[in-house]
Amino acid sequence: MNNVVAQLQRQFHDYLVSLYQQGFLDNQFSELRKLQDDGTPDFVAEVVSLFFEDCSKLINTMSRSLERPENVDFKQVDSGVHQLKGSSSSVGARRVKNVCISFKECCDVQNREGCIRCLQQVDYEYKMLKTKLQDLFNLEQQILQAGGTIPQVDIN
Amino acid sequence: MASDGGVFCLRRPEMINVGGIGGMESPPLDVDEVHVLAVDDSLVDRIVIERLLRITSCKVTAVDSGWRALEFLGIDNEKASAELDRLKVDLIITDYCMPGMTGYELLKKIKESSSFRQVPVVIMSSENVITRIDRCLEEGAEDFLLKPVKLADVKRLRNYLTSDVKLSNGNKRKLPEDSVSVNTSPPLTLSPDSSESSSPPLTLSSDSSDASSPPLSPVESLSSPLSFPLDDEDDDVSTESSPTPEESPVRRQKMRSPSLD
Repeated sequence: MNNVVAQLQRQFHDYLVSLYQQGFLDNQFSELRKLQDDGTPDFVAEVVSLFFEDCSKLINTMSRSLERPENVDFKQVDSGVHQLKGSSSSVGARRVKNVCISFKECCDVQNREGCIRCLQQVDYEYKMLKTKLQDLFNLEQQILQAGGTIPQVDIN
Repeated sequence: MASDGGVFCLRRPEMINVGGIGGMESPPLDVDEVHVLAVDDSLVDRIVIERLLRITSCKVTAVDSGWRALEFLGIDNEKASAELDRLKVDLIITDYCMPGMTGYELLKKIKESSSFRQVPVVIMSSENVITRIDRCLEEGAEDFLLKPVKLADVKRLRNYLTSDVKLSNGNKRKLPEDSVSVNTSPPLTLSPDSSESSSPPLTLSSDSSDASSPPLSPVESLSSPLSFPLDDEDDDVSTESSPTPEESPVRRQKMRSPSLD
């Protein structure tokens, strides 16, 4: 039984470290993990879930704004990018945030094609991150169900 | 508008006054507890700031706009409601960039209000724009936090508050807190309360050899990591401040000159 827990904990640790190393997550994610405790074991999962909902909504809105080449509402797109950049930054979604930076640049120069590419990329990145984090949270659940505790993970 | 501990649905956009995402109910406001009004149009940011504040033992009311903040405070209408006595807002923390009313505009309205002008107001922003920061400080903001906000930032605010808390009616009170007061600390020096290896050193490389708390990714909130350009729209954006080892990038404090090290 202990072995199972230790194994799962190891898996969790390595997986989370890999997410940082591959640039999916940055330090802000570890900041969020600090805010989680026994009383609020789902805090991170709930925050990122809200973030992903945000992504979905904003991407939809921006997509509509970019739809017709002759009538792009760049202000609206810019607003969406700003919001997305902010929330991705707040949860530590590094890749998503990085795409937003390029996205904003395309928006600033009213480059519709560029915006569309960035939109697709941001869609890809948030969905990728969502999958990765789901795997991470599943590991967490397995650890807890096996009677273990979630490891602290230092990024270094 | 209950401010005495009613449990609100977390998803309710305009106002949350909750005990945390776990759904715990907030007990009624207690005169000895610090009550913070948080203002941010982003739901994600509201959740995070609310949690950050609760974890540092503050009671929190989070609203999604400057207008709702004024409404909550009772500033936008002149009725001296009985609730005002119970509100006891000790700190207002607001995002800068919000649709409708910016954090700066909210700040001004608060400072124009006889009831609330003494309540410290802290501005948060994702953009490190010197002119913006200075403007807010000049208008009376107590502090300026760069987003994303971290636990160390909020702890610092907490320390600063508890040494000398002013109520809206002007009475000062001391709270039982043994942390260092940072009212007059110099810029870029945070109170040494946070021993967590949280704030990354200011390094652009992603594999710092600093053993204390090297981030895996470059500092995200200030200077531009090597892979992409700095996102700013203003000449006055600082790019990089001095690499204070354990501290986050620029935290500008009142009473100091705006120069960076």
